Amino acid sequence: MPVDPLQYTPKITLEFKIGEKDFYMAGESASRTKRTLQQLGLNQEVIKRVAIIIYEAAMNVTIHATKGVLKILIDPNEIDVITEDEGPGIPDIDLAMQEGYSTAPYEVREMGFGAGMGLPNIKQNSDELHIETKVGVGTTVKAKVYLKEGGFTSA
Amino acid sequence: MKLLDVKNILNAKVLFGEHLLNTEVKRVFASDLISEMLINVTPGTLLITSLTNAHVIHTAQVMDASGVVFVGGKTPDQEVIKNGSMSNIPLFSTEYLIFDCCGLLFQSGLKGNKKDKH
Repeated sequence: MPVDPLQYTPKITLEFKIGEKDFYMAGESASRTKRTLQQLGLNQEVIKRVAIIIYEAAMNVTIHATKGVLKILIDPNEIDVITEDEGPGIPDIDLAMQEGYSTAPYEVREMGFGAGMGLPNIKQNSDELHIETKVGVGTTVKAKVYLKEGGFTSA
Repeated sequence: MKLLDVKNILNAKVLFGEHLLNTEVKRVFASDLISEMLINVTPGTLLITSLTNAHVIHTAQVMDASGVVFVGGKTPDQEVIKNGSMSNIPLFSTEYLIFDCCGLLFQSGLKGNKKDKH
């Protein structure tokens, strides 16, 4: 059933705190956000893209930072996925964006992560991506997914 | 093909989802990398993996997989199986390793997912 964007409450914010080595928060937050987006009647493709971004971005915080927060801002026109962390920062963003480049430790690789696909996956699934980082301080990742062209039509 | 056929072909043990064996399997994807699963698992895809942690369940749930097959006789711990049951994701364990699982299912007519060109 298509949902009329005018009947939909704008600006919903979901927020999740991510602790160090809180390995399962990423999947849980992706899963919970998916349910919310389904209830709002967003189409499957948009939900999939947002879920991938959340999973990868939150996992990056878990793996690399000491703590952080994940925010999902849902607006009638777009969804923002934002992670803000306190951590080592990214010394070379271009290198970090390269598929296959990773600084993840062994224990994370053993879980099926750390293949150097996190940031590339986020980029591939977002319409806009902004990364602000300061070495030794932390990183903010803002990924945006536009909801135009049927974002509100259930697939 | 149904999950019941997959169970028989792989001589798999059902860890959860006896009541869901009538579920249709559309495609198969095999990997031990979560990032690859996130990109390539589409609704109805059967996921084959040797990872047994909760990330596999989360990924299968978020990407609407039709089920998960753990290879090499591996069985996740009870907590992970409970996660799967709460998410209603059928879970299987087979003695076959990844290559043989894929070969047997391919031979029976199942195909892989095309690379997501989004």
